[in-house]
Amino acid sequence: MPHYVNSADWDPYHSEALTAKQEAYFLAPQWKLMWWKLRRHRLAVIAGLVLALMYASTLVSEVLAPYEQRTRNTQFIFAPPQTMHFFHDGDFVGPFVYGYDVTLNRERMQWEYAENTAKVDRIRFFCRGDPYEFWGMIEADFHLICPAEGGTLFLLGTDRLGRDILSRMIYGARISLTVGLVGIIVSFALGIVIGGLAGYYGGWVDNLINRIIEIFQSFPQLPLWMALSAALPANWSPLLIYFGITIILGLVEWTGLARAVRSKLLALREEDFATAAFLMGASPRRVIFRHLMPSFMSHLIASATLSIPGMILGETALSFLNLGLRPPITSWGVLLNEAQDINAVALYPWLIFPVVPVIVVVLAFQFLGDGLRDAADPYK
Amino acid sequence: MLGYIARRIIVMIPTVLAISAISFIIIQLPPGDYLTTYINELQSRGESVDPGRIEFLRQAYGLDKSNIEQYFFWLGNALRGDFGYSFEYNLPVTAVVGDRMFLTVLVTFATTIFIWIVSFPIGIYSATHQYSIGDYSLTFLGFIGLATPNFLLALVLLYLANVYFGTSIGGLMDPSYIDQPMSWGKFLSVLEHLWVPVIVIGTSGTAAMIRRLRANLLDELQKQYYVTALAKGLPRRRALFKYPLRMALNPFIADIGSLLPSLISGATIVSVVLNLPTTGPLLLSALQSQDMYLAGSFVFWLAGLTVVGVLLSDLALAALDPRIRLGGGAMR
Repeated sequence: MPHYVNSADWDPYHSEALTAKQEAYFLAPQWKLMWWKLRRHRLAVIAGLVLALMYASTLVSEVLAPYEQRTRNTQFIFAPPQTMHFFHDGDFVGPFVYGYDVTLNRERMQWEYAENTAKVDRIRFFCRGDPYEFWGMIEADFHLICPAEGGTLFLLGTDRLGRDILSRMIYGARISLTVGLVGIIVSFALGIVIGGLAGYYGGWVDNLINRIIEIFQSFPQLPLWMALSAALPANWSPLLIYFGITIILGLVEWTGLARAVRSKLLALREEDFATAAFLMGASPRRVIFRHLMPSFMSHLIASATLSIPGMILGETALSFLNLGLRPPITSWGVLLNEAQDINAVALYPWLIFPVVPVIVVVLAFQFLGDGLRDAADPYK
Repeated sequence: MLGYIARRIIVMIPTVLAISAISFIIIQLPPGDYLTTYINELQSRGESVDPGRIEFLRQAYGLDKSNIEQYFFWLGNALRGDFGYSFEYNLPVTAVVGDRMFLTVLVTFATTIFIWIVSFPIGIYSATHQYSIGDYSLTFLGFIGLATPNFLLALVLLYLANVYFGTSIGGLMDPSYIDQPMSWGKFLSVLEHLWVPVIVIGTSGTAAMIRRLRANLLDELQKQYYVTALAKGLPRRRALFKYPLRMALNPFIADIGSLLPSLISGATIVSVVLNLPTTGPLLLSALQSQDMYLAGSFVFWLAGLTVVGVLLSDLALAALDPRIRLGGGAMR
């Protein structure tokens, strides 16, 4: 058998030739890898979309809500939810509700509501309704949907002052959703600085900080929150109370994040690139923030996402107990405060509707956080 | 083992001291004290306030001293078992707290047991049947349990019980037994009412525990010793119970430390909703009326309960796992 030699030139890279797709994958920055991995996590993407929609709604709450949050429909106290219909007497008339006939039951001293099927209240879209101040500044009266002229539209019923619960829930989202965000910023800052100190310096600093974290963690959260918010002066304005509550929520939650930062830093500071930066004379601050932090930022964001629902639930619980936000501020917890009396709930079960968005938001954050946590380590 | 126990208890002392200091600082935070509330109340009722009496009360309760002196005064008495005086109830704090603390411990203990009993089989099933329909639906159920705030679940349960049974499931015993001495009948009555708060408080903890056990067991099932055991012909069930399950059991005991604070938190608010005679409602009213010794003692005892729980779980873990006992006691 003759000796065979390929006459073509030797290409040293021929076995490693990458397709364009592979090259894009290998050269992709970390955030892109994370995004690709997150995209495959269906539930997380859906949860993210739901949250994005809800947060977007807080920008235009006034327009979305059919009523202004303080509008009192004094003739409709504790009116049950009106169902939306499309067909009247077999004819399609578009979305409408039947008006209520109100009678006072003198025996039980209760207003009783009966659907009047002759009274067709067509829902109006892109219409003029209750006047409001957009973000407390611009006066307007434009709504996405409004009740019919002279009619009512209580899709989720009304409360003891005749205020539309759906509208109040839409307004409440603004407070309830942002409480977690502001709170997480506080605990994020605390967690990074304190956990960073412990992880970077190690030794007795680490020991001391660990002890402090342990002590904080042995306090049951809720009693601690209750005690701290009872300390907020009663004469503060609602806005100040709001910030006070968010800071309290953040102050109690930082320990988990600090632990995460610490353990990551302890592992990372042994890496060669950290030593190199240190030997080249970089200050601790530069080593931590410029070299070490980016390596685990994604992980931190994921764990922060997972602790937001805790804060939202915390606010709800505090407001429910009268220790948190107070009217005139509307949050889901404040709305649920009305449902505290079980007899009221038994008579007017629609008072517990604000539970639904709370559960949806908490679930969504949970799924999104789980997805982010898996995606935070794209090489796995 | 004895050395380990001693070391663990010595470490506990500064923690408890720090907790007492923090509890005291927190209850001092609101401006004014109980006497200012008291004076306001008297004045609003149009009664005259005798300055001499106020001065006497101020001195008797040590409210005229500086905060630091007050703290050591309180701490010194607390070491002798005297946690101060509840202004609102006109009783020593221990008398007000004692019974309720016992019931809180009872509810928390029962909830922990409930969480163990429920999450143990479900966790094993989820891990051994990974990605099956059963696994998915149980995981989803767990998520719902995790996402529903305890007190809302309590509210919904109350509502349903009211609608379908027409009874109130609130309280922790039949009204006829309240303030009665402990008896067999009272005990049974407590057991009858206990399941509602236990389920309500337990749901969130159960979900977390199931996920933990499932993840741990999945890790163990991939290890070589398990594969070897199977390859050598050990029946699947026997191999599972003999080795990986024991390894995966650690979280059941080790997690008590992180489980207890959340259980107590949950119990606090659930008991307000369900009107249980545990610490929750009393703590709430004590905080609102600035009954500082009562509130402070509550916060201190609740945190202390966690510390003791963690101690017990560490000791149990050390007894079970020689690596911890001999390794100098690095926890968690």
